[in-house]
Amino acid sequence: MSVFRLSIQEIVHRKLSFMLGLLSVMIAVGVLVGAVTMLSGHDLRTEQLVAQKEAQTREEMARMEDDYRRIMKDMGYNVLVLHGDQSLEELQRLGYPTHYMPEDYAQRLADEKVASLNHLLPLLQERVSWPEMEREVLLTGVRGQVPIYEGMKSKRPPIMDPVEDGEIKLGSDLAEELGVSEGDMVTMRGRDLLVREVYERRGTQDDVTSWVSLRQAQEWMGREGQINGILALECICSADEIGSIEEHVRAIIPDAQVYEFSSLIVARGLARQRAAEAHETAIEQEMHYRAGLREERRAFASVLVPVAAVGAGAWVMFLMLANVRERRAEIGILRAIGVSGRKIHSAFLLKAALMGIAGGVAGLIAGVIGGAWLSEVPPGAEGFATLIDVRLLVAALIGAPLLAAVASWLPARNAARQDPALVLQEE
Amino acid sequence: MVRIDDVSKVYRTGGEQVRALDGVTLEVGAGEFTAVQGPSGCGKTTLLLAVGGLLEPDHGRVLVDDEDVYALPLERRAQFRALKIGFVFQQFHLVPYLSVRDNVLAPTLALPCAGVDAHARVDALLEKFKLTSRAAHTPGELSTGERQRVALARAMLHEPRVILADEPTGNLDEINAATVLGALADFAEDGGTVLLVTHDSAAASEADRIIRIDGGRLVDDRDEGSRQDGQAAG
Repeated sequence: MSVFRLSIQEIVHRKLSFMLGLLSVMIAVGVLVGAVTMLSGHDLRTEQLVAQKEAQTREEMARMEDDYRRIMKDMGYNVLVLHGDQSLEELQRLGYPTHYMPEDYAQRLADEKVASLNHLLPLLQERVSWPEMEREVLLTGVRGQVPIYEGMKSKRPPIMDPVEDGEIKLGSDLAEELGVSEGDMVTMRGRDLLVREVYERRGTQDDVTSWVSLRQAQEWMGREGQINGILALECICSADEIGSIEEHVRAIIPDAQVYEFSSLIVARGLARQRAAEAHETAIEQEMHYRAGLREERRAFASVLVPVAAVGAGAWVMFLMLANVRERRAEIGILRAIGVSGRKIHSAFLLKAALMGIAGGVAGLIAGVIGGAWLSEVPPGAEGFATLIDVRLLVAALIGAPLLAAVASWLPARNAARQDPALVLQEE
Repeated sequence: MVRIDDVSKVYRTGGEQVRALDGVTLEVGAGEFTAVQGPSGCGKTTLLLAVGGLLEPDHGRVLVDDEDVYALPLERRAQFRALKIGFVFQQFHLVPYLSVRDNVLAPTLALPCAGVDAHARVDALLEKFKLTSRAAHTPGELSTGERQRVALARAMLHEPRVILADEPTGNLDEINAATVLGALADFAEDGGTVLLVTHDSAAASEADRIIRIDGGRLVDDRDEGSRQDGQAAG
């Protein structure tokens, strides 16, 4: 007969008491392992969410980039190539350039294949009088897109149709003020023109602009063979790269300058930046929220874990004290037949250790599953395996029986010190 | 075999003192079956526990097999008990969750059986006490007579020199009581020493010698001859 066999037989005999002790150890270990697993799972989930959001951001940014390209195609030009002497202050004030360049500059740019420029459109723009309407109007002469050498450029069709001779296109506000609509005939500076198109309202200077063929405009303005600007659409650059475009342009046309014609590039850049910032803020807010949640969980666990451990220890001690009382007669006779106090002590500690090991294993399993579930990384989910900490497993399997043994130490000592004579005399 | 030399024991409960043993001197030899009788509370069980090394007297010495029991340190005394003394009680004191076999084996928790296979010895004892068929049963599944036989078998596992029996027939019917007393007599015949505490005159009549205690003092001591005379007179 060994102490181990005696203990096993006793455990089998008093299953309920053993199970109650096991349950308390399981809860303590489960709470500890669950808390650690939950926090690890929380961190893992945070990483996953942030990675997910970052991927979403990248995807949305790419989509936004494409959207802006399409929006800008519909709305106008990106950069304006001007004469080098053109005052930008004057341009802003008057709304059109006042310095002129030869028309073939556009073709030179096209022929030189400036990689960052697309869709070159020479134009001539001035405020001219419209005697028939008794008013002035901003007149723009355009001839359509200058064909760019196809080797380097996309083969997409031109994005702006030229205005044919004998036709005029009007901005929405101007057309409304003049009381004309598409298909009407108007007379401008003695020439009858068909209103080919009235643009929808854009909320820009375009709404009060009229477009005619470049030849017609040059004729009216007395600027044959001249233009005062070259528009470039879908410039492959961002707002802070205007300087490099200008460098490329000046290499071809030394007396030119590049002006960011509309705020679209900036808007595009800003929009991208703001979108990125918004996403960053969203990620930061998510991380902040999750950090707060983690702290709450950590604080809760830091209270719950010791409470559970102390509670389990107290409960095991209580159960073992009850067990000692229950086994009083048995201990008395075992002592009487010569079993030493040390062996009695070890029998109780062994029982506690077995309780701790069984409770520890059960608590470990329950804790890992519970903690993973709470942190939204359930068993089978990506990264679940990383939540299983071998060191924690070892610590739980050593700590649980140790906790049970420490809690049982006093009851076991009481049992060992029990006076067999007193017990036998009581019977 | 057992020598009790001027042993006194006083119990102190609250402010009161109860003199359980008062200068008892007694010698019981090997092969002697001695019954101890006396009124309740006279000190019989105290005497038994003192001889068994479980209750240290306030005064005097207890020698078992020429060993001063209380001169031994606690651990050694426990081993000495396991080796030299067997106990049988009225309440049997079997371990409720152990089988009959394991209850008989229980003394091996203290000491392994010297020079013999413990299981073979258990088998022999179960056979002797007609418990072989009950070997796998727990005490709760046994009759009172069977339980006491298990207790006897347990007491004899280590082939002790002394058996101390406290009212072993108190809960038994005549047949089972006769079995137990017969076993104790056999043990004495084989050279062992039996000290039987009993109220039962019939049980005492099985002994070679009867001593009476009253008020903690030894008041009568009759040898085998006296018992046989008594039986003849009865």
